[in-house]
Amino acid sequence: MSESRKLTRRQVLQGTAAAGALSMLGNWEWIGEAWGASDKVKMGFIFVGPRDDYGYNQAHFEGKAAVAKLDWVKAFDEEKVPETIEVQKTMESMVKLDGAQVLFPTSFGYFDPHILKVAPQNPNILFLHCGGLYQDGKHPKNVGSYFGYIDESQYVAGIVAGGMSKSGKLGFVAAKPIPQVLRNINNYTLGARSVRPNCTTNVIFTGDWSLPVREAEATNSLVDQGIDVITCHVDSPKVVVTTAEKRGIYCTGYHCNQSKLAPKGYLTGAEWNWAKVYMDYAEMIRKGQTVPHLVRGGLKEGIVKVSDYNQVVTEAVRKQADAAKDKFMSGGMVVYKGPIKDNTGRVVVAAGKEHVQTDMWLESMDWLVEGVIGSTKS
Amino acid sequence: MEVGWWGVLIAVLGGAIRIGTPFLFVSLGECLTEKSGRINLGLEGTLVMGAMTGYAVSLHSGSPWLGVLCAGLAGMVLGALHSWLCSFRRVNDIAVGIAMMLFGTGLAFFLGKPYIQPSAPRLPSIDLGAWSDIPQLKAALQINALFLMGIVVAIALAWMLKNTAWGLKVRVVGESADAARALGLPVDRIRILSTAQGGFLAGIGGSYLSLYYPFNWSEGLSSGQGLMAVALVIFARWHPVGCLWVSLLWGGAAALGPSLQSVGITGGYYIFNAIPYIMTLAVMIITCSPKRTLVGVPHELTVTR
Amino acid sequence: MSIAVPQTLNKALEPFLIIVGSLMVSMVLFGIFVASAGADPFEVYQTMYRAAFGTSFSWQNTLIRAAPLMLTALCTALPGYLGLIIIGGEGAVVMGGLFAAVAALTMPTAPPMVVLTTMAVVGMVAGGLWLTIGGALRHYRAVNETISSLLLNYIAIAVLNHLVTSTFRDPESLNHPSTHHIGEANMIGVIPGTDLHWGLVFGIVACVMTWFLMHHTVFGFASQIAGGNVRAAQIAGLPVGRLILIICFVAGAAGGLAGMVEVAAIHGRANDTLNANYGYAGILVAFVARNNPLAIIPVAVLLGGIRASSGLLQRAHELPDATVLVMQGIIFLVILFSETLYGRFSKLQKQGAS
Repeated sequence: MSESRKLTRRQVLQGTAAAGALSMLGNWEWIGEAWGASDKVKMGFIFVGPRDDYGYNQAHFEGKAAVAKLDWVKAFDEEKVPETIEVQKTMESMVKLDGAQVLFPTSFGYFDPHILKVAPQNPNILFLHCGGLYQDGKHPKNVGSYFGYIDESQYVAGIVAGGMSKSGKLGFVAAKPIPQVLRNINNYTLGARSVRPNCTTNVIFTGDWSLPVREAEATNSLVDQGIDVITCHVDSPKVVVTTAEKRGIYCTGYHCNQSKLAPKGYLTGAEWNWAKVYMDYAEMIRKGQTVPHLVRGGLKEGIVKVSDYNQVVTEAVRKQADAAKDKFMSGGMVVYKGPIKDNTGRVVVAAGKEHVQTDMWLESMDWLVEGVIGSTKS
Repeated sequence: MEVGWWGVLIAVLGGAIRIGTPFLFVSLGECLTEKSGRINLGLEGTLVMGAMTGYAVSLHSGSPWLGVLCAGLAGMVLGALHSWLCSFRRVNDIAVGIAMMLFGTGLAFFLGKPYIQPSAPRLPSIDLGAWSDIPQLKAALQINALFLMGIVVAIALAWMLKNTAWGLKVRVVGESADAARALGLPVDRIRILSTAQGGFLAGIGGSYLSLYYPFNWSEGLSSGQGLMAVALVIFARWHPVGCLWVSLLWGGAAALGPSLQSVGITGGYYIFNAIPYIMTLAVMIITCSPKRTLVGVPHELTVTR
Repeated sequence: MSIAVPQTLNKALEPFLIIVGSLMVSMVLFGIFVASAGADPFEVYQTMYRAAFGTSFSWQNTLIRAAPLMLTALCTALPGYLGLIIIGGEGAVVMGGLFAAVAALTMPTAPPMVVLTTMAVVGMVAGGLWLTIGGALRHYRAVNETISSLLLNYIAIAVLNHLVTSTFRDPESLNHPSTHHIGEANMIGVIPGTDLHWGLVFGIVACVMTWFLMHHTVFGFASQIAGGNVRAAQIAGLPVGRLILIICFVAGAAGGLAGMVEVAAIHGRANDTLNANYGYAGILVAFVARNNPLAIIPVAVLLGGIRASSGLLQRAHELPDATVLVMQGIIFLVILFSETLYGRFSKLQKQGAS
């Protein structure tokens, strides 16, 4: 996997030759610059939504902005690319016209079939997919996937939530019941129940990643039911956080730091730190090192982090949260240690069994842990 | 405090007002426009443009109410543009409406980029529920003055159309352009003015979304409210006060899905969330019939031809 | 004093000149727009041209986006002949794609051609029936078809999401609920020598066939009469109701076929990405093409080209994605406005010659 990933001069010339006579009217300066400076690492980023959504896409954009500051990197991005054949064309365009050596399609739905179709046609380009599950032998060799165990941050946030809640009722506004979301819900609940065994989490699924009105309604409904700490897993937590602040309850954030939106109620939050991932990849490529196919990491590896605590968070709760954080940092924390039951009473992790963070079993989670009020069926 | 199933009722009540207010303004605007014989499908673009303008002006000026006013003005400009384009012979107003939708939405997203991050001052609420001890009921009745204004506008509009000379002119133009011309009425000017006024109301409706509920400017803010308004006007039989009831009904139906989940009804939430649309369709099927066709429709509307 | 232009040439020249003129005016307006946003309009034009039509890669990018639009535009164009304004293409696409995917799963051992044919038929029937609901409601209950087709779009999307996440869900498709894959062998392939799948050909063929249907058959002729004046048609004994239902079915079938192609050529499964706004884009194509199926082909290519340029505009000029929306809006507003110019030129010519 360490062969050169730069475009060969022949590929460049072939591309130009295909341009055709009619295109001679053009001003070629900006394209020439991209192809000429062949000592820069060229990274292309693709976002499924707007890059300033105060949430998922923004977290990636902030990572891209951080790596773009390095003067030996040329980074470019495209936002609002849907998960249809359009993303295939975007990827191809980034390779052909911008000379990208590595692409970061950051939405889950880009993987199958889009990356799987384009990657074999461009064997010299690296396709690093966020959230995917690379399988050796099954997927092309120039594909890789990376993700972070943000559920670790949610676990810590859950501790803070459970500790600070007066009613013992937590709320979770989620988009869809897919494994990555369920893992967050479960971790939040397990974290909360580790300091307050009887607390519950009410889940409302909105059905899609970005539905501001429905997210606001869900938040209001949850507050009506007595919930006093709320969190979410949607593309843009802005609505949930501001609605929670208006209703006067606490909240914990997700993706990015939303504390400015809720100065009174934002207790803490689970944040991505994609800058670290992108910088690491850039370094590896510059040095010509082998890029691993599967990158995963949590608090310890610095891929995710926990927001600073709000000043209202009590000393006792801070201690509990910090203790958990330390355990994650040292690698000693196992969240899924049996016996664990789901919310229908079924035993999902037997007594004595444990599933460490990297266990693939966790990536196909389809149940909600005991203490969660809600269902994965739609 | 535990409210259980009462929570659903409270959510529906609160939702009727919370979610219904933008629909109220947009449908009143469309109602006025259609009374003059013009159909404006571009209100979706107007709504989004109003939302963005309101948010931006509120941020820059510090006054959310100024934002609301400017949102209305932006809507007025778009409405006037729509109607001016349609006043030319052979220009199809439904097609123009859809093109305006694209244009208005695109313009709003384009200009609105710098405003997604910052937090603008929010419109204040009025505590109608202060008499209650139940916090949930209090929250549900915490409404915005725009809702009350909307009620006033609905009544005023109804009165205006029935009792003033201007209202009569608008209605004549909407029923029969030929008759209007025979009377010497400037058909196009009246339509442009009505559509502009309609756009003004729609712009205000949009500003409610971004400055009050869900209080956010982002590119996913609207979920088709502008288009639905056209359906609501038909549903309301072109009566402004009917638009009020229909908007409340719609708002309540839209709040049903999430609130059912909060009490544990978790199955079929996609279907529950589609209830407003199913309900509108069902009502239209029941109340329309070939004999009566569309009672109350202004006959100049292209949808009747 | 004017050049005496023969009538026939004048007839063909008029739409051509008006459309070309409209495009030029739109480009100027758009240029002013981007200039006010700080970009150089001429560079923007060049980028758009390059991205849409400049290289063979660009052409393929454009055509692949145009392909579904050719089919979904028919959902609006065909009922337009009858004077119906239906905007339910999105619903037809979604239903067609969903049921085509499910149909493929009922025959796991059949040879690919059989599977694909079945998928196409099922997709067309599903889409056709969905759009016919709107037509039937209009004919039997006088429910406005624009509104009912719009509502049915939302309902179709809800049904799609519900079924794909429950009844038809593939348990393996954890992070993106979808139906089971139809099987690699059953996927529609690419046209040899290109990167384009056969869906493009389906689109062109459908447009040509429906054009023939509407302009060279008794059925088409009858529909145009009914569209012009319903009362006259009924008096003449034309079965207006039947015409409405059949045309809506054919229109919906085109949309359903587009959905089937999305599944069989690109995804291999049905999931929420079927709701890709092809239906809504098709509405504009239909209006600009003035409901003529042959004109739909170049208009779809134009719109495909505009959308194809979005990516490069973002990367080369730092313009947001919304720029392309504004461009589409401007072009279509100008072209729709130019409708009013038809007939004015020939008046001028006649005045000049006499």
